[in-house]
Amino acid sequence: MRIKNNPEKFGLIAVVLHWSIALATFFLFGLGLWMIDLAYYDTWYQKGPRLHEGIGVFLFFFLVIRILWRHFSPPPTALKNHKKWEKMSSKVAHIMLNILLLVITISGYLIVTAESDALSVFGWFSLPATLSKGASQADLAGDVHLVLAWAVIVLAAVHALGAIKHHLIDKDRTLKRMLGQ
Amino acid sequence: MKKILILLVAGLMNITAINSAQAEDYILDIEGAHAFINFKVKHLGYSWLYGRFNTFTGKFSYDELNPSAATVEIEIDTNSIDSNHVKRDKHLRDDEFLDVKEFPKSTFVSTSFNETGDGKIILKGDFTLNGVTKNITINAEHIGHGDDPWGGYRRGFYGTTSFKPAEYGLGGMDKLNADSAEVFLELSLEGIRQ
Repeated sequence: MRIKNNPEKFGLIAVVLHWSIALATFFLFGLGLWMIDLAYYDTWYQKGPRLHEGIGVFLFFFLVIRILWRHFSPPPTALKNHKKWEKMSSKVAHIMLNILLLVITISGYLIVTAESDALSVFGWFSLPATLSKGASQADLAGDVHLVLAWAVIVLAAVHALGAIKHHLIDKDRTLKRMLGQ
Repeated sequence: MKKILILLVAGLMNITAINSAQAEDYILDIEGAHAFINFKVKHLGYSWLYGRFNTFTGKFSYDELNPSAATVEIEIDTNSIDSNHVKRDKHLRDDEFLDVKEFPKSTFVSTSFNETGDGKIILKGDFTLNGVTKNITINAEHIGHGDDPWGGYRRGFYGTTSFKPAEYGLGGMDKLNADSAEVFLELSLEGIRQ
């Protein structure tokens, strides 16, 4: 597979970024909801949040790379059979998905670092705290993190339904193209 | 009738005048942070975890000639809980524990004050946490009193008590085992005479 995108097809980098971000998003959503209800004595009580935070940091980096890569290597043009409303709504959905995921990952970072603690990523490296306004920051960032997590999952589900509709009803190459074909 | 009323009012005014002449009113030295409300709870049954409330106000009155008339009132901002761990503190503020959005204040209002000698005090009062009020006993002691170097007059007490948060509706306590069921409070209160 080609590395860069061309007007017809996605390249390897865009495909890998897309599917790893998708996988991380759904995994972190499930892990996040599951881990906050764990009993204190559960073996995952400490491992769960560490995993969630570490993957979250990588998700953020992947998002930044995806946004930069889009400018460096523009995605293929829309298929000819796509209707105007489909192009419009998919564009809005793509922008919203990126914005929501950025705000969610940043708000997660702001919870952990609200009282100046660094965010340790699997013990490999740490992100230092920047904005540390204390308890009110942790609570507000926590509320934003949870509400927008639900919003992004709903939007991602709509986005996936759109892809399935193109594949099964319109029988076009939209979904296959996202696999690099 | 009018005369009786006037007499009554005059009498009441007299009583209050006498009382206020003797009882000394103190306000906790919050500005100088010379008052502390700390807590400790066992972690896993292996060690003590310490925390404190950073924001609270309070006052007490104390009359050396009539100590049993002393009163103590404290109002704690539950949002200010601080156990030196951002995620634990956030969890403690959540509705599973202190539910600070619903119950931003916890209060203690004394109901009796008994000196038992050697500066020891049995202080009883209504403690309100998460909207639940129970009468608790604080084992207190008089630490000292006198002029401060800055022209004021101060008096300080120290006290300890314990309570079970589950009895005040802190549902998250269910997730902790019996070792952590009881929270011990330590109060160090310095007041400035008004």
